[in-house]
Amino acid sequence: MMWFNLAQAQSFMPTEGTKIATQVDNLYGFLLVASLISFLILMGGMTFFVFKYKRRTNKDKTGYITHNTFLEFLWSFIPLVIFLGVFAWGWLIYHEMRSMPKDALEVHVFGKQWAWEFEYKSGVKAGNLLVVPVNKDVKLIMTSKDVIHSFYIPSFRIKQDVIPGRYTALWFNADKLGEYHVFCAEFCGTQHSGMLATLKVVPQAEYEAWLEDESQVGSLPLAKRGEKLFAVKACASCHSVADAATKVGPTLWKKFGTKESIEGMVDVDVDENYLRESILNPNAKIVKGFPKGVMPAFQGQLNETELNALIEYVKTLK
Amino acid sequence: MATAAAHGHGSDKNYLNESSGLWSWLTTLDHKRIGIMYFISVLIFFLLGGIMALLLRIELMYPGQTIMSADTYNQVMTYHGSIMVFMVIIPGIPAILGNFFLPLHIGAKDVAFPRLNLLSWYCLMAGALLAFTTLITHKVDTGWTFYTPYSIKTGTSVTTMVVAAFIMGVSSILTGLNFIATVHKLRAPGMTMYRIPLFVWAIYSTAILQVLATPVLGITLLLLSVERAFGVGIFDPALGGDPVLFQHFFWFYSHPAVYIMILPAMGVISELITTFSRKVIFGYTAIAYSSLGIAGVSFFVWGHHMFVSGQSTIAGIVFSFLTMLVGVPTAIKMFNWIATMYKGSIQMQSPMLFAMGFMFLFGIGGVTGIMLAVIPINVHFHDTYFVVAHFHYVMVGGTLMAIMGGFYYWFPKMFGKMYNEMTARLSFVFIFIGFNVTFFPQFILGAMGMPRRYFDYIPAYYSLNAISTVGSWLIAIGFLIALYTIINGLTKGEKAPMNPWGSKTLEWTTSSPPPHSNFDVEPVITAGPYEYR
Amino acid sequence: MSTDSHSVKGHEHHFAHHFRSAEHEYETTKEGIWLFMVTEILMFGGLFIGYSIFHNIYPEMFAEGASYLDWKMGFLNTLVLIFSSLTMALGIFFLQKNEQKKAVMSLAITILCGAIFMVVKYFEYTHKFHLGIFPGRLLDVAKVGVHHANLGMYFGFYYCMTGLHGIHVLLGMGLISWVLFRTLRGDFNSNYYTAVEGVGIFWHIIDLIWIFLFPLLYLVG
Ligand code: HEA
Ligand code: HEA
Ligand code: HEC
Ligand code: CUA
Ligand SMILES: [Cu+2]
Repeated sequence: MMWFNLAQAQSFMPTEGTKIATQVDNLYGFLLVASLISFLILMGGMTFFVFKYKRRTNKDKTGYITHNTFLEFLWSFIPLVIFLGVFAWGWLIYHEMRSMPKDALEVHVFGKQWAWEFEYKSGVKAGNLLVVPVNKDVKLIMTSKDVIHSFYIPSFRIKQDVIPGRYTALWFNADKLGEYHVFCAEFCGTQHSGMLATLKVVPQAEYEAWLEDESQVGSLPLAKRGEKLFAVKACASCHSVADAATKVGPTLWKKFGTKESIEGMVDVDVDENYLRESILNPNAKIVKGFPKGVMPAFQGQLNETELNALIEYVKTLK
Repeated sequence: MATAAAHGHGSDKNYLNESSGLWSWLTTLDHKRIGIMYFISVLIFFLLGGIMALLLRIELMYPGQTIMSADTYNQVMTYHGSIMVFMVIIPGIPAILGNFFLPLHIGAKDVAFPRLNLLSWYCLMAGALLAFTTLITHKVDTGWTFYTPYSIKTGTSVTTMVVAAFIMGVSSILTGLNFIATVHKLRAPGMTMYRIPLFVWAIYSTAILQVLATPVLGITLLLLSVERAFGVGIFDPALGGDPVLFQHFFWFYSHPAVYIMILPAMGVISELITTFSRKVIFGYTAIAYSSLGIAGVSFFVWGHHMFVSGQSTIAGIVFSFLTMLVGVPTAIKMFNWIATMYKGSIQMQSPMLFAMGFMFLFGIGGVTGIMLAVIPINVHFHDTYFVVAHFHYVMVGGTLMAIMGGFYYWFPKMFGKMYNEMTARLSFVFIFIGFNVTFFPQFILGAMGMPRRYFDYIPAYYSLNAISTVGSWLIAIGFLIALYTIINGLTKGEKAPMNPWGSKTLEWTTSSPPPHSNFDVEPVITAGPYEYR
Repeated sequence: MSTDSHSVKGHEHHFAHHFRSAEHEYETTKEGIWLFMVTEILMFGGLFIGYSIFHNIYPEMFAEGASYLDWKMGFLNTLVLIFSSLTMALGIFFLQKNEQKKAVMSLAITILCGAIFMVVKYFEYTHKFHLGIFPGRLLDVAKVGVHHANLGMYFGFYYCMTGLHGIHVLLGMGLISWVLFRTLRGDFNSNYYTAVEGVGIFWHIIDLIWIFLFPLLYLVG
């Protein structure tokens, strides 16, 4: 596989992953130069005057210059022209950014505290991973399950708030293969900075193969299915599975078969029933030292098979 | 400029020693004493907010957890922002320097409503105390913007905090109202509107903003607490409300609020530049009216904080356009100040250093503001460290520099003592360099895509963050030196003459520190404020 | 407090030391009061804007909400307030003519009107509480039998707007009592009645706000 062009935002601006990104960068480059020139003129003038008109004696005579209409007109008018110029230029690019393409590949995006969930037309779901074909218009139809998030792909220079109770949309046409960062850019609570996803731009064939693989999930062994679900449902954003590290919630590593101390109760055995209850109705028993009401209740969001898969997966974490 | 000359008469009575005891301060109606009380409280708030900033920076020094948990980080970030905005920079110049010098500048004995003035100090204190009680209850973790629906859902003490912000808003309103009436009605004989110093014009324009914008913040915050208490649903999508409406309401106040922060600073800069260049200001009317212009247009640009919030494309374009227009009057002022230095007699005393630091840093902050106002660029930069860098450049590099410069400039008048010029300059050097080291890398971080309010970040952002953290320590050293300069000046400073800088505005025609009723004889004004001939 | 309060120069009214004359003080105070009124109007303005936005989105829901209000009560209160504005103005008028007794009467009637207003409000509120009509999520949906699920929002606006207004009425009554007391003490006369006039302006603005609230809340249906 060729994951060249790994979008490691190491240069001044991250890789330009779309044509729009290049256009934005051009405008930004122009603004940088224009601002730099105006800034240098101002600061150059200031520095020059400081030395040229340094106070020599306490009786220095200074010029009595109250105004100069022509100059004042110039330095109001020239910035105004520059501002209007970049405004119009910006308008053009923005217009393109916001004109949704017609026959795009549509993907539904759900933001929730603190993970991204993607749902393809075919029903395939992925957690914190968005796979799209290269050189194809992709339209994201986004909404949130709780608070406002913001879907941000630095390499594509696009960002859009994801709002509960309504849809917002975003589109892009990636022209470089690679992996790109997706950030959440609107403050949404504890793990706001952990609400990351990966965007993979792959050739069309690979995309189709991936989609095919994902739709086969039903025939995988239970524990493997559980592992997938664990990612899709973003359990991983709160629970570590490979070490004893505490994230928002307790680690699930080597948890099965131990005893857990519960707030205001005697210790309980971590068995299948406890796991089941902890997932469906987490507030029933709160682990000592953890907040109540943080873990969302999954009652009604998981069917029996999915639940079994999750529990089997947790049992394998050794 | 003033023809009235008789003052002092060798009497030692001044506003500081005219009566003594804590009680005489807490019940004082003297605008000068109230200004000093504001100074002390704002200084304490600033140190608190600054220490929080240092903690933030230490946490961000390395990726992953460094010294605090994610929740703690979010709380510290919220307190840093709220303290700095509501308790430091909004009351900052108007309530400290404005209170002290506005009446002196226009030849009045006091502000129009001295009792109201005292009341507004108590409001600030009450609000601040209430805000600090949340530190021992459930903290607040929403960021200073209190965006719904997060602020409705979080289990932290948001209600107390917004009520506190409401009370501080009342304080700001009362100050503004007081100043408008003072400027309208209490000018000395002969002090026409075109003879008031530009500092007064700036405070006046600010006061208009305070009176017109703050009530909207008040009602917004009240609605937010009602929403939390009763689940009314105005801002809650689950109940048919609109979470984005809150943002409209909030920025309708908070954009004008950023000009509440900067206009007074511009006023201070106008004073500093003329005094230390010994030259008449270039374009008095242009500067005066551009303040009013900025104040006026600023009510119609709030949407530039919401380009990616899902507001309509048309709205975005209109807001972008209007934002560009606000840039013009600001540019005018920059050019005017520099033109004032032309053919002047420039002395690089510490206040002037801060004034030039202001122009440098605010210039950068301003042009990056213009970049943010161009929509497609904003889409990339919104809620990244680019924005963080922008607003620190304008708020710290702009307003705070002006506060420092103004404070050094008026220190002799306020306390009747001189400070040590060398340490004052040293403080400038550290703050200026430290500031750039701290915040310039943040522009690059933002361009690289690092979102703000991030407790943790990907390793690629590490080196610039580390530089930024080191910079924050330089700023801290700078402020420690400034603190030393002030304390040293207060305790050991030489006695200040009446007019150490050779300035022409009215406050310098009375003794240092001024007597209780400011002027022994009411001044009669016959010329403009900057008659250096 | 300190030496600030008054400068004694044989005027009829002792104005504060930083004013040039009693007239000067009067003008300035009046400007201050008007500025304060601007902030009051803007604050209620925020509520009105929120109201009209949601009224646009959910006209039926707002109509349903209004149907639970008794416009007769609201109308009665409107009349009471308008009348009280008149008596308030009379109070100032009498002071200007140095007829302190009549002024006291007018002010007392004004307070009485405020009290009537509040009593009517009290009955309106308790009646609603009785029916289970509370703001927001406290609204007893089953008991009231609402058609629109988010009717709580309408009552959110209702209680916010009338509540905030009610607080202002109470404040106004307090202030009028204060000037009434000072009138009795003989503080005011045709040369000096600034405080009464200020309180009067405040009272008229409260009245004005009610005149907007009444049709918006009670009559939108
Ligand atoms: C003191 C406060 C202050 C001031 C004065 C300004 C001034 C300006 N600001 Fe800033 N701003 C903030 C405080 C301030 N801002 C804060 C606190 C935020 C973030 C809030 C939050 O989200 O927490 C913010 C955010 C912010 C945003 C939203 C960013 C985002 O979240 O997406 C935007 C977008 O348009 C913006 C624009 C501007 C503009 C155009 C100006 C203009 O007024 C600047 C005009 C000045 C100049 C232009 C410089 C001088 C002129 C020259 C040197 C001449 C030559 C120049 C050229 C030819 C370009 N600001
Ligand atoms: C006037 C306003 C103001 C000021 C002065 C500052 C000053 C500073 N700010 Fe702040 N900042 C904001 C307003 C301000 N900030 C706002 C509004 C936000 C947004 C919050 C949000 O997102 O909601 C923000 C956010 C913000 C962030 C981003 C947090 C995030 O998004 O995750 C960062 C990170 O670097 C930061 C850093 C700093 C630093 C290093 C300083 C330094 O300049 C501080 C310098 C001062 C000191 C260092 C104190 C010096 C004194 C001492 C050291 C003496 C010690 C005294 C005793 C022991 C008695 N600020
Ligand atoms: C928003 C964060 C969050 C998410 C998402 C989350 N959890 Fe939790 N979880 C917690 C917290 C906090 C606790 C501890 C408090 C409690 O017991 O409810 C917890 C407790 C648990 C426990 C009990 C652990 C013990 O040590 O006894 C299990 C099992 C668990 N979660 C499984 C899951 C699974 C499976 C998912 C995904 C389907 C998930 N969690 C998603 C936060 C989360
Ligand atoms: Cu989701 Cu920030
Ligand atoms: Cu703004």
